[in-house]
Amino acid sequence: MTLFLQQLVNGIGNGVVYGAVALALVLIYRTTGVLNFAQGEMALFTTYLAWKFARSVPVAAAIALAFVIGFVGGAIIERVLIRPVEEARSPLNVVIVTLGLFLGINALPQLIFGTDSQQMPKPWPSDAAPGDVVGTTRAVKVGAVSVSWAVIALALMMVAVCALLWLLFQKTRLGLALRAVASNPESSRLVGINAGLTLMLGWALSAGLGAIVGPLVAARSTGFDASLMQGVLVFAFSAAALGGFDSVLGAVVGGLVVGIAEALTTQYVDPLNGIEVLLPLLLILGVLLIRPNGLFGRRTVERV
Amino acid sequence: MTTTRASGREQAGPATTTPIRPPIDPKVRGLRIVVGVVAAAAALYAPFYFPAAQNKVLSQALYLAIAAMGLNLLTGFNGQVSIGHGAFFGVGAFTSGLLVVKQGWPYEATIPVAALVAAVVGLLVGFPALRVRGLYLALVTLGLAVLFPQLGQKYVKGSGGVPLLQPSLTDTKSLLQGLADDQYAYYLTLLVLVIVTLLTWSLVNSRAGRAMVAVRDQELAAATVGVNLAQVKVLTFAISAAYAGAAGSLSFMIDRVADATNPVIYFQRSIEFLVAMVVGGAATITGPIVGALAVVLLRRNTEQLIEGKPILSPALFGAALIAIVYVLPEGIIGGVRRLTSRVTHRPPPPSTLTTTTSDTSV
Repeated sequence: MTLFLQQLVNGIGNGVVYGAVALALVLIYRTTGVLNFAQGEMALFTTYLAWKFARSVPVAAAIALAFVIGFVGGAIIERVLIRPVEEARSPLNVVIVTLGLFLGINALPQLIFGTDSQQMPKPWPSDAAPGDVVGTTRAVKVGAVSVSWAVIALALMMVAVCALLWLLFQKTRLGLALRAVASNPESSRLVGINAGLTLMLGWALSAGLGAIVGPLVAARSTGFDASLMQGVLVFAFSAAALGGFDSVLGAVVGGLVVGIAEALTTQYVDPLNGIEVLLPLLLILGVLLIRPNGLFGRRTVERV
Repeated sequence: MTTTRASGREQAGPATTTPIRPPIDPKVRGLRIVVGVVAAAAALYAPFYFPAAQNKVLSQALYLAIAAMGLNLLTGFNGQVSIGHGAFFGVGAFTSGLLVVKQGWPYEATIPVAALVAAVVGLLVGFPALRVRGLYLALVTLGLAVLFPQLGQKYVKGSGGVPLLQPSLTDTKSLLQGLADDQYAYYLTLLVLVIVTLLTWSLVNSRAGRAMVAVRDQELAAATVGVNLAQVKVLTFAISAAYAGAAGSLSFMIDRVADATNPVIYFQRSIEFLVAMVVGGAATITGPIVGALAVVLLRRNTEQLIEGKPILSPALFGAALIAIVYVLPEGIIGGVRRLTSRVTHRPPPPSTLTTTTSDTSV
């Protein structure tokens, strides 16, 4: 039982990461209908920035700075690179642009900061030997299960992000505009909503969220390099697909389901050892066979 | 039958719906024949003109063209987006690799087997793909591309226990007198490319090809006029996978390796196929060939541009990709067509339907 609970906690830790990246994907998808393959790499770049800033300012401030840069950068990418291609109404070309961004942004931090593995200071309680800035993460004992502060911090971050997004979407005028554009861009333009601004905001929020998640993921592992987000992205994609791709709640739940399922299968299902990617695939297929629009997705009506 | 040809410029984007194509201008037809003859002559003479290293690069462009052509059938003509064709490519490469290295087959005999095995895998993937559409299909196929190297790492053991198969030099040697190994590999790949191009051309211009396009443009409408949606989609998936499998098999001869040590290698392949297709021109016959040449030459040149900074290459490649999509949103073939119709433009004859060339006549 202890082992089971321990794996559950580990799964929640991973699940929060998948859910957060899935959430970033959903923020872009529901406003612009674009599947952003560069999501992980955008987060990677801001992670490197946070790591650089953390040398001169406290970690929390460094992440805040990275968030601001990510927020602005996301808006610029949408306006400069995505929108002109979007307007040409060719979905494949938008995919190519995000793939181009994937390759380009992945190479950028390696060019600027080098290809060596780096260590991120931890923004949560950790034991540091004298002279060691990074330290090791402390854990809290709950009964026989040890809960790492990394998991607690990630979970708190997730709750805070969800609460803020809920407030933004449900309680502000801007959020109403965002939801209107997501549900019907043409009509929302007709009633005077600045659709272009909301599209930019979708990308900005998404890139900003990546700038918060990335440094936490990097701090949780012992070291990070340019491949930090690539493994996460596949699981995040499946989390978003499970949740239904246009649902914020769905992304979070999907992330937790994938994370916990991953932790439990690696513990209890031996034949899947080494081919863990099979699991999210089977999960997506299984869910889509029963609910073609994901667990929380909206049905779309097709007109001939 | 030219009025219902399914390869019109009007269909470059997956969402447009004007399947009727104007009769070809005689000047354009003449130009096409000249370009075709010159290209064929150049393709046949190339391996004698270039050194062996360059021939290898050209052969790589040819097998990339074969895979991109397969993806084009599925994505360009049938509207099912796949980011997992790298997995079928890998299936082809490993089928040939296992047969040659472990079973001692002659290499040439493994090409059709590789295509067949990939087609069977494609069929297996095609059935769930019936339920999964658009974005979700792209994701499931993405998972496939990531899964394949993991399967390879788990089940394939080459020399030294790593999932890496390498033929000995004699296994893939030239069968023809007077041709060096690199020239033979080039011609064999070219032969397969010609075969699949002819196959694609006749398929696209057949009843089945029109059904594929109809399913892409208006699934519901296609079903009401009697197109068997499931059959068309699954078979297109299988044929498309067979192309990628044949390309993978050829890559085993040219690159002399079937490799699953790199976890993202087949994902990168999938991206290459997609890029070659879109850069050349989706839903055109020759687009994938032009796109494959462009991609291979572009990558090679970005690699040579900067000595000792290999990491700059993907950055430049990514930037070049975005630039191409900006300059030529319909791909190279689309751009060339627009150019020629602008040069030879004349008002359409009164007998044809008015749905023609609307984008150039304004």
